[in-house]
Amino acid sequence: MTTFGLPEALFILRAAGWTLVLTSVAFILGGLIGGVFAIMRLSQVAALRRFAAGYILVIQSIPVLMVLFMSYYGLSAMGVELPPFLAAAASLSIYVSAYLAEIWRGSIQSVPFQQWEASASLALTRGQQYRYIILPQAIRISLPPTVGFLVQLVKNTSIVSVVGFVELSRAGQLVNNATFQPFQIFTLVALIYFAICFPLSRLSRHLEQVMNASRPH
Amino acid sequence: MPAVLIDDVHKRFGNLEVLKGVSLTVEPGQVVALIGRSGSGKSTLLRCINGLEAIQSGRIEVAGHIVDQDPKHLRELRKDVGIVFQSYNLFPHLTVSQNIMLSPRITQNVPQAQAETLAREVLAQVGLSEKFDSYPDNLSGGQQQRVAIARSLAMRPKVMLFDEVTSALDPELTGEVLLVMEKLAKGGMTMLLVTHEMNFARNVASTTIFMHQGKIWESGPSRELFSNPQTPELRNFVSAGAH
Ligand SMILES: Nc1ncnc2c1ncn2[C@@H]1O[C@H](COP(=O)(O)OP(=O)(O)OP(=O)(O)O)[C@@H](O)[C@H]1O
Ligand SMILES: [Mg+2]
Repeated sequence: MTTFGLPEALFILRAAGWTLVLTSVAFILGGLIGGVFAIMRLSQVAALRRFAAGYILVIQSIPVLMVLFMSYYGLSAMGVELPPFLAAAASLSIYVSAYLAEIWRGSIQSVPFQQWEASASLALTRGQQYRYIILPQAIRISLPPTVGFLVQLVKNTSIVSVVGFVELSRAGQLVNNATFQPFQIFTLVALIYFAICFPLSRLSRHLEQVMNASRPH
Repeated sequence: MPAVLIDDVHKRFGNLEVLKGVSLTVEPGQVVALIGRSGSGKSTLLRCINGLEAIQSGRIEVAGHIVDQDPKHLRELRKDVGIVFQSYNLFPHLTVSQNIMLSPRITQNVPQAQAETLAREVLAQVGLSEKFDSYPDNLSGGQQQRVAIARSLAMRPKVMLFDEVTSALDPELTGEVLLVMEKLAKGGMTMLLVTHEMNFARNVASTTIFMHQGKIWESGPSRELFSNPQTPELRNFVSAGAH
């Protein structure tokens, strides 16, 4: 039986690093895919619109855990062995993409339609309308909910421990199994989550206030 | 060749027929006012002219462009046709000069320096030179509308469409916008404008068209039309002093 000391604390901190890596990868990859789906969801081509809507609906209706099981156990049963990190990153990216697609679709749609009409009347192409008129405004609108979602993502990464990937929560469990000092250990784990999430929550709230203050009248 | 030619245009929204066979022409340099009750189809007609609304049948030609819904044709058309809306619709994240320079820069490849000169020119034309670097939110309604006009002018349009551009303004701000439009008219701009400002229609537009229930009910030289309306509908409309 070991006691909870510096090596254990360092182990947990390193695992917190993995939580951050996983969050970043899922957020960036999921964001890229989600951005594409958000635009597809608003495409003038009905087939693209329906495809994107279907994707979002399906992913949002399945627990992330199932996506994770499918990409880890499911694929390995079919002979494709994904390392836990890849399976975890892929599943979380898919999860992120569907949610960000919806958040961003809403943000794009909350830009007044007159902005589309005015820019179309100035002979802009649809791509130019997005780039110069719609997205700059939509991104501002989307910042608070996007950062808010990021906070959820940090916490939800703990789910990947089920496929054996050692991130912050899993590291806490492992150390506890060896030391049986749950109070100290999980307090530390909780504090680390808090240290990551609290500034983000504050940022989200701050952005929201800034937005409200500068809402066009 | 007329600047605007509209021939037997029909437009429906679902089952609601909003334009029921409208025909008219606007000659280059002519100023035409569209008047009529709310819902008579004035805005819709204007929006069909720059392709914001698609028509079901008939033909529209503007400045040598045939109006259809092909995006490429629409862009070429819109380089020659400016439209100003009741709600200004400036881009709030861009400064006044950026609002003005954007389309010339990216749709006509005007170099930056030249675009700036152009922006100063059109801003001077609407009397707002000092607002070059302001954001729209910091301008009054009248100033915003003048910027919207300047933004259209920067495209060097052959035809300008105005849809009740003073209706959202406080009365004391209406005058400054009408003045800009009057100057444009005197400068030879081809203009088609929907307005509730009967004095402006009478004094500035050479021709006034009265729309009623999706049709051109009556039209003619503005002064005659107002002083001697032929139909009871127009007579009612004029005597109601419709604002
Ligand atoms: N996008 C739309 N979808 C359905 N109906 C519409 C649409 N736009 C306009 N209409 C209807 O078409 C008719 C004509 O509208 P339009 O805006 O052209 O009238 P208007 O003469 O400009 O009136 P106003 O003076 O109130 O601006 C109205 O009955 C209106 O409700
Ligand atoms: Mg109207």
